[in-house]
Amino acid sequence: MSKVKSLADLRKMKDELQSKVHLREQSDNPEKLVQVKVSMATCGIASGAKEIMNYMIDEMDNQAIEALVTQTGCMGFCHAEPTIEVTLPNNAPIVYGHVDQKRAEEIINKYIIRGELVDGIIPVNYETVKENKND
Amino acid sequence: MAKYKNHVLVCGGTGCRASQGEEIVQNLNQVIEENGIENDVQVVRTGCFGFCEKGPVVKMVPDNTFYVQVKPEDATEIVKEHLVKGRQVERLLFTDPETKERISESKDMGFYKKQIRIALRNCGFINPENIDEYIAREGYAALGKALTEMKPEEVIKEILDSGLRGRGGGGFPTGLKWELTRKVEADQKYVVCNADEGDPGAFMDRSILEGDPHAVLEAMAINGYCTGASIGLIYIRAEYPLAIERLKIAIEQAREYGLLGKDIMGTGFDFDVEMRYGAGAFVCGEETSLIHSMEGLRGEPTVKPPFPSESGYKGKPTNVNNVETYANIPVILLEGAKWFSSIGTEKSKGTKVFALAGKVNNVGLIEVPMGTTLREVIFDIGGGIKDGKGFKAVQTGGPSGGCLTEKHLDIPIDYDNLLACGSMMGSGGMIVMDEDDCMVSMAKFYLDFTVEESCGKCAPCRIGNKRLYEMLDKITEGKGTEEDLGHLRNLSNVIKDTSLCGLGQTSPNPVLSTMENFWDEYVAHVKEDKCPAGQCKSLMQYVISEETCVGCTLCSRVCPVDAITGDKKAPHIINQETCIKCGACYDKCKFAAISIQ
Ligand SMILES: Cc1cc2nc3c(=O)[nH]c(=O)nc-3n(C[C@H](O)[C@H](O)[C@H](O)COP(=O)(O)O)c2cc1C
Ligand code: SF4
Ligand code: SF4
Ligand code: SF4
Ligand code: FES
Repeated sequence: MSKVKSLADLRKMKDELQSKVHLREQSDNPEKLVQVKVSMATCGIASGAKEIMNYMIDEMDNQAIEALVTQTGCMGFCHAEPTIEVTLPNNAPIVYGHVDQKRAEEIINKYIIRGELVDGIIPVNYETVKENKND
Repeated sequence: MAKYKNHVLVCGGTGCRASQGEEIVQNLNQVIEENGIENDVQVVRTGCFGFCEKGPVVKMVPDNTFYVQVKPEDATEIVKEHLVKGRQVERLLFTDPETKERISESKDMGFYKKQIRIALRNCGFINPENIDEYIAREGYAALGKALTEMKPEEVIKEILDSGLRGRGGGGFPTGLKWELTRKVEADQKYVVCNADEGDPGAFMDRSILEGDPHAVLEAMAINGYCTGASIGLIYIRAEYPLAIERLKIAIEQAREYGLLGKDIMGTGFDFDVEMRYGAGAFVCGEETSLIHSMEGLRGEPTVKPPFPSESGYKGKPTNVNNVETYANIPVILLEGAKWFSSIGTEKSKGTKVFALAGKVNNVGLIEVPMGTTLREVIFDIGGGIKDGKGFKAVQTGGPSGGCLTEKHLDIPIDYDNLLACGSMMGSGGMIVMDEDDCMVSMAKFYLDFTVEESCGKCAPCRIGNKRLYEMLDKITEGKGTEEDLGHLRNLSNVIKDTSLCGLGQTSPNPVLSTMENFWDEYVAHVKEDKCPAGQCKSLMQYVISEETCVGCTLCSRVCPVDAITGDKKAPHIINQETCIKCGACYDKCKFAAISIQ
């Protein structure tokens, strides 16, 4: 690494290095961010949850959306895998099922950016979802 | 640069490393590789999380799951379950001692709820051996801002306005000290970081240096800019090998980046830092003594004035500040004096780091806003007294401080309130005592320490403290008289008034404050030959009840000194002259016939 020759240099360096701790900083105040939980139990992984997770992370990153993408265990909707739960700041969580790349794109562009609902919502009583999460 | 989806933060503080923290990191990395997710997951070795009692601590990001008491063999499960399948490893979560519930996120733990982290902001968050992570957290931006956009006077004004006071014990306004050093004309000046930390049980400064060494280096450079010093010296005890190692790495990296050395950030400002090692004497934490020790002289204090700001290291103006004081500086410059002074009480701003120890459930390192009450610290953060026992007192300020009791629990903690209660802030040691702790013994413990640590230069401290210790010893042996109590008080006051340095001026405090708050306990020792807490062995007796004893002979067989006699099936008797009070008979008797009196 070259020397820091000015304050401007340091600031530029900081912006480049930001990504190193960004994830940690975001996870400290999740309420303010878009939170996406991808169900990653065996059923989810088999049906492509991992690819969806990577896609969501990269795509939101490209669009500079401040989001926190985490994986959770089975949410109990194995019939509709891959499932993801999206929580916009100050909103109740919404679970989407059968998420493929096309639907993921739709969720990002319509729901996350503009707040418009997208097809594929699984109607759930959130409390039961919460209990099932730790199976 | 690889883009990681998960960070696994493993505590690399002294406490957790001692319990195999290194092996955990190695095992995690190995299993992560075996599972082919090394491009998704980054394992980071951080500084102390403060929750050392339940260490080693591992924190998972971004979901913030907080695992405690992790063992190297748990690595497989953490990787396969948590990272691969997204399921928490339940058994490694922290269990709330009150509700018995498992808590997965640190922010929901009572221990962390009331804390605000300013000095510890990067501890347990970044890898202290990687300057990039510090820079990513706005590291050296405060130095850059000061050098490029502010005059020294402006920086000092900001520190003054923030209300920051020295965290090393005295509580002297930091901005004022900088201003005093700045005003003195000299060809060479020095800034010193006091990392001696001699208070028994304290480890605040060590944790900051281990977890965020760059913060201290950056602040020292800012101090140099303000006072006109080009050399910084860190005085650290050789007993802190990990902190020394991390500081050396940090200094090396900062030099490589041009953040220490000549012409920093193209501003023409030169500043570099050197290390000086102490042998771990308490008195060397006193600033004049520390300076003499660095000069290669005996670590003995000299009279102030002259203050180090006028004539310190090698006779040059020297600005001495504590580690934690420094750790606050960069944040103040970035966030502003207004922000900092909005935290805390009227005359004590910001936060204070405490090492919470003794009979509390959550022992550890905490940082709370000034003005937090002792009750919040002990019961909310500390999780209450161990084993459901009753709270008795808490010692703040270490050997220089005093004890606070039940009636002080709701007083907001700050410099002035603690002084008014007969104790002091000190550097941040906080030792909690329960109903089983004898206050006379506690005072004796601290006097034993000061007698050991007195440099011997002046008579009141060298001889006086020894006499105090002897009197306390006599009282705990049950040989004290009421007269002794008067002598204790008089001598304490004489030592306080006539000692040369802070050590002797404060060493009688534990005696005076326990006498003030627990007078009855002293009286019980000398008048009734009783130790109400049951801690002073000489003052208690094991006695066999004639009625309850069935004469099973078990006790007489376990007694190591044959102090128990009695015929089979007849009541036994303990010979008090021979008994060494080991308690073996008490533990063994199945009929509860033996009691402590
Ligand atoms: C006996 C004695 C021991 C001390 N030990 C320390 C110490 O370990 N660390 C420390 O920072 N200050 C210690 N001090 C206080 C220092 O003399 C000095 O006031 C302090 O380092 C100034 O820094 P501050 O203004 O940032 O607190 C001690 C003082 C006395 C009298
Ligand atoms: S008060 Fe004690 S430690 Fe201080 S100079 Fe005198 S003898 Fe030494
Ligand atoms: S063990 Fe208890 S009951 Fe048995 S002889 Fe000793 S005091 Fe008596
Ligand atoms: S306390 Fe120990 S020494 Fe004393 S009588 Fe009991 S067993 Fe013997
Ligand atoms: S050393 Fe690990 S939590 Fe303190």
